[in-house]
Amino acid sequence: MPKLPKLPAPPLPAALQTPPPRPGENNGPSGPVEDAKQAGITVVDWVDERTSLSGAARWMMFRKVPKGTNWFYTLGSATMFAFLSQAVTGVFLAMYYRPDPAGGAYESIRYVTNDVFLGQFVRGMHKWGSSVMVILVFLHMGRTFFFGAYKYPRELNWVIGVVLLIMTMTMSFTGYLLPFDQRAYWATIVGVNINGTGPLLGPYLSDFLRGGSEFGATTLSRFYAIHMLLVPGAIAALIGAHLYLVAKLGTTAPPWQKAESSSELREAEV
Amino acid sequence: MSDKRGKHKSKYTLDRQIPGAFAGETVTRRRFMTVTSQAAGGIAASAFALPALGFAIGPIFKSNPARWESVGPESLFSETNYVPVVLTVAPGIGEAGKTTAYVRRYNSAIDTDPYDQGTPYIAISSRCAHLGCPVRWVDAAERFICPCHGGVYDLLGRRVGGPPVRPLDRFYTRVNGANVELGPRFSVNSELRRFSPRDPGEPLDGIGQYLYPSRPGAQKL
Repeated sequence: MPKLPKLPAPPLPAALQTPPPRPGENNGPSGPVEDAKQAGITVVDWVDERTSLSGAARWMMFRKVPKGTNWFYTLGSATMFAFLSQAVTGVFLAMYYRPDPAGGAYESIRYVTNDVFLGQFVRGMHKWGSSVMVILVFLHMGRTFFFGAYKYPRELNWVIGVVLLIMTMTMSFTGYLLPFDQRAYWATIVGVNINGTGPLLGPYLSDFLRGGSEFGATTLSRFYAIHMLLVPGAIAALIGAHLYLVAKLGTTAPPWQKAESSSELREAEV
Repeated sequence: MSDKRGKHKSKYTLDRQIPGAFAGETVTRRRFMTVTSQAAGGIAASAFALPALGFAIGPIFKSNPARWESVGPESLFSETNYVPVVLTVAPGIGEAGKTTAYVRRYNSAIDTDPYDQGTPYIAISSRCAHLGCPVRWVDAAERFICPCHGGVYDLLGRRVGGPPVRPLDRFYTRVNGANVELGPRFSVNSELRRFSPRDPGEPLDGIGQYLYPSRPGAQKL
């Protein structure tokens, strides 16, 4: 197999480049600060020599972006940080939550809200954060649509984004049942029955969601497993693919940005 | 054509002068190795994926034995008005597994539909046929009314207004000693013809009964 040509690495900004030592100055380590700096560089070098991660980091972080890039381009990262916030608060809520439909689920939520230190705050972050994430997903989708950023060659990224939207909705739907109060119970009854109205496959889908023909003993734990294990893993993996394609294909200029051509070229055209 | 046939490689590895080939061998070792490792990977993956999938979708095919639950003595019910009773449809989860039914003695003046003949009691499920909210019998209006989206049903549970797609479900009834017992749920179409229980939101008139098939585990009527 022929050796692949090595692509030139993107240039490091001047601020991050180490200037060569000036001749005649004292170049040796001069104290604990200098030693600590050297130690840090040694550790990073050790990891980088074995993983080549710095190339990947530079590829991801020091990309060229088109002129006219503006605040609307931060909606995607905002969505990702909303997801990370949901993941972190969700992990800590899972330390207290009990998916027990005979009263334990409601009691554990009551305990988190009223008795745990900062419990109300963390639960509030998770509860309101879910709405924030859904809103950000739609704003991000709108930005992509109105800027025409879904067009060739970024169609696949739009498709991945639609799957992520559906999964976010699945998270909202399955998470809504977990407090197991009246609102959660009846909203889930109605939501599962809406799923069941799809012809031919609908009845099977609602039986799958409930784990049987009636809302039963395993419905809550089933929703909990989907909410906590099945969908978040898939969302994290798809966010990775989404970001990879963004870095690989680059971002689009806003539609009002005019293409620039050099003056010589313009003269040649005339 | 003939010169092309002459160039065609023999399928025997011995003829192709592959080192170490045996007589009669037609598969190269590289190809054999590729196919076996792919097959081994496929078997290993399905060894955990198929049981897990069956575990998740198994409840769809489970058939539950018919449960009969006593809801009170015969003297509790009248021919002219409904009495709400609470019964358990999903045991083991306390309040969340209970539902309400409205029970009335069979009245030959009202229950004229041929499908109702011979039932001692009429038990109407409170589960709305739109999306499953609990309906309430309003005595003054002689209507079942759903709080969620405004479904309205008449005395027999037939839809008279709002979004529901079929009449209210019913329960089988029987008299055991002096007690009225309620059995499995069944659904009815707008002519009160009986069907295996369907979920709310699934019409049973016309093509509906084929678009929304009964669940595999349901006992056929």
